[in-house]
Amino acid sequence: MKAFTTLTSTAAALTHKGRLMANVDTDMIIPKQFLKTTEREGLSRGLFFELKTKADGSPDPDFVLNQPAHQGAGILIAGDNFGCGSSREHAPWALLDQGITCVIAPSFADIFHNNCFKNGILPIALPAEVCEALAEQTGGANHRFTVDLEAQTVTTPEGATIQFNIDPGRKQSLLEGLDDIGQTLQAGETIDAFEARRAHETPWLQRRAS
Amino acid sequence: MSGKTLYDKIWDAHLVHTDPASGDALIYIDLHLIHEVTTPQAFSGLKANARRVRRPELTLAVADHNTPTENQAAGLEGVRDEAARNQLAALTRNVAEHGIEFFPMGDVRNGIVHVVGPEQGRTQPGMTIVCGDSHTSTHGAFGALAHGIGTSEVEHVLATQTLRTQKSRNMAIEVSGQLREGVTAKDLALHLISVIGTAGGTGHVMEYRGDAVRALSMEGRMTLCNLSIEGGARAGLIAPDETTFEYMKGRPAAPKAGAWEAAEAHWRTLFSDPDAKWDRVVEIRGEDVEPTVTWGTSPEQAIPLSGNVPDPATINDPAHKAAVERALHYMDLAPGAPISGTPVQRVFIGSCTNSRIEDLRAAAKIAQGAQVADSVRAMVVPGSGLVRAQAEAEGLDKVFTEAGFEWREPGCSMCLGMNPDILAPGERCASTSNRNFEGRQGRGGRTHLMSPTLAARAAITGVIG
Ligand code: SF4
Repeated sequence: MKAFTTLTSTAAALTHKGRLMANVDTDMIIPKQFLKTTEREGLSRGLFFELKTKADGSPDPDFVLNQPAHQGAGILIAGDNFGCGSSREHAPWALLDQGITCVIAPSFADIFHNNCFKNGILPIALPAEVCEALAEQTGGANHRFTVDLEAQTVTTPEGATIQFNIDPGRKQSLLEGLDDIGQTLQAGETIDAFEARRAHETPWLQRRAS
Repeated sequence: MSGKTLYDKIWDAHLVHTDPASGDALIYIDLHLIHEVTTPQAFSGLKANARRVRRPELTLAVADHNTPTENQAAGLEGVRDEAARNQLAALTRNVAEHGIEFFPMGDVRNGIVHVVGPEQGRTQPGMTIVCGDSHTSTHGAFGALAHGIGTSEVEHVLATQTLRTQKSRNMAIEVSGQLREGVTAKDLALHLISVIGTAGGTGHVMEYRGDAVRALSMEGRMTLCNLSIEGGARAGLIAPDETTFEYMKGRPAAPKAGAWEAAEAHWRTLFSDPDAKWDRVVEIRGEDVEPTVTWGTSPEQAIPLSGNVPDPATINDPAHKAAVERALHYMDLAPGAPISGTPVQRVFIGSCTNSRIEDLRAAAKIAQGAQVADSVRAMVVPGSGLVRAQAEAEGLDKVFTEAGFEWREPGCSMCLGMNPDILAPGERCASTSNRNFEGRQGRGGRTHLMSPTLAARAAITGVIG
């Protein structure tokens, strides 16, 4: 996993009638027809597919990520409960493939939130009114935001600095880009010990390997 | 010291250790369910790092998400969609390489992962269960801590049989009294989500309690726990009791005589202590729950069958108003209109929410001797090969086909529309599944979630009601 330290980039806001869209679900982030892959790469093709393409298959010029000012935006701003719905990790993979490594929203759905940290994406939860205010500053191609994970700050194009909270453990693993599995395997002996106890205490859970 | 909740007890029993650096807990996983869609990248990750599956015997694989619902006996060659076939072939290779038990397409034991686990007796009280599918919460009906995970976590569990995670908060859903005649677990679940909202349970594990929950059958309990995730909760739980033990006895993987007694004695300790501390309590009177359907594009947008869809003109909160306007527009419903009487073109009876034998019996009761309306195409997709066989043994397939329903082979089917079973743009569907998101069942498709009884009724009359 790539580490996340700082990011300076333009941002794109997902809005509907001038307000941030709430409950953006994973079906919306990447619809099912893109889940039949056995790869992690190339999924930006499907990112927000039904929002970004018209029924005839042509790009919808009104969709934020199709607009010239938001090409290359590394930050996405959205409404409450972002990423609700299915557990598909294709959602963060598609964001990553698009170059989005930071999502700002008032709240996130649980599994999506976890999946972000496994992929070097920083989800930042900020109060709804702050998110709306940030969205209003995403306008021009030179409106750059800076996210500093170490300092836990977002700096707006106007230069204001906003503090955010993050779990210290998760912050550390993002900063270092740590491999979870490698770390856990270092604790192999504690897992062995647990399994020995489990075999003794709940023997009916043992199954024979085939 | 206050007592423990059921969640606390299962958590404590599975805590391997807490990582001093990150503060993450390492939880041992008793059962890992896998399927073709969320695993290929996990297996390639293992391969890239020369890692093995630590406990293949604690893993069970099925083929369900993008399998076609006809001609399954033809095997992989019968899958016309090349990408789907590749995913199914990758799963077949991966499980063989790692020695994981697999019920392939066409095996009578195959079916939707959350139907198969309980049916085989693999799902047991007190277990920790994970799967790369958010409706893993279904297994909580047995008093197992069960939740969905992402593909990176699937890889982690394959390699280590543990999950790095953090503890959730405790939420009690107390359902007092009794559900009224004709009101089902599906109605209760949709009603609950309409009360707490789709983010209402975020950060919590919900335990369903109270007389109305105790009175539910195992299958009803599974429907209720299945929908916990739609209320934002990490997992749903119901403490095991006689109903649970009765259901489990004799299932292929349930403890055999000799081991059963010790297991049951342990299972009887799995309940929340009377003095347990709850972070949040929601109370619902069973009698207040009516037959419930969704009108919008989020499971929280649910109303009683006798109700009217909202009118944005009467909503003050701008964000709420915008969400209602968008949903009404997508669903092509007039503000304030009664939901009852809305015509449907499609009916889907299936999914891990409502595809078990009791669901099919309830739908067949309505279909018996009736005819599907000319304007409607209706499908019944059993949750597993065994459910299908049982239904056929009871003659339910005849009831359905004679009434004009299609009788399909098992799988997720139109719940997510990865296989060819999808809605055309603008089509309206009465569905027993769990998500009514925009485009979930096909681009531009409009989904109304409801119980099997109501869905079967919609098939016959051509309208919701
Ligand atoms: S039936 Fe639907 S919700 Fe259930 S496992 Fe399949 S896709 Fe997921």
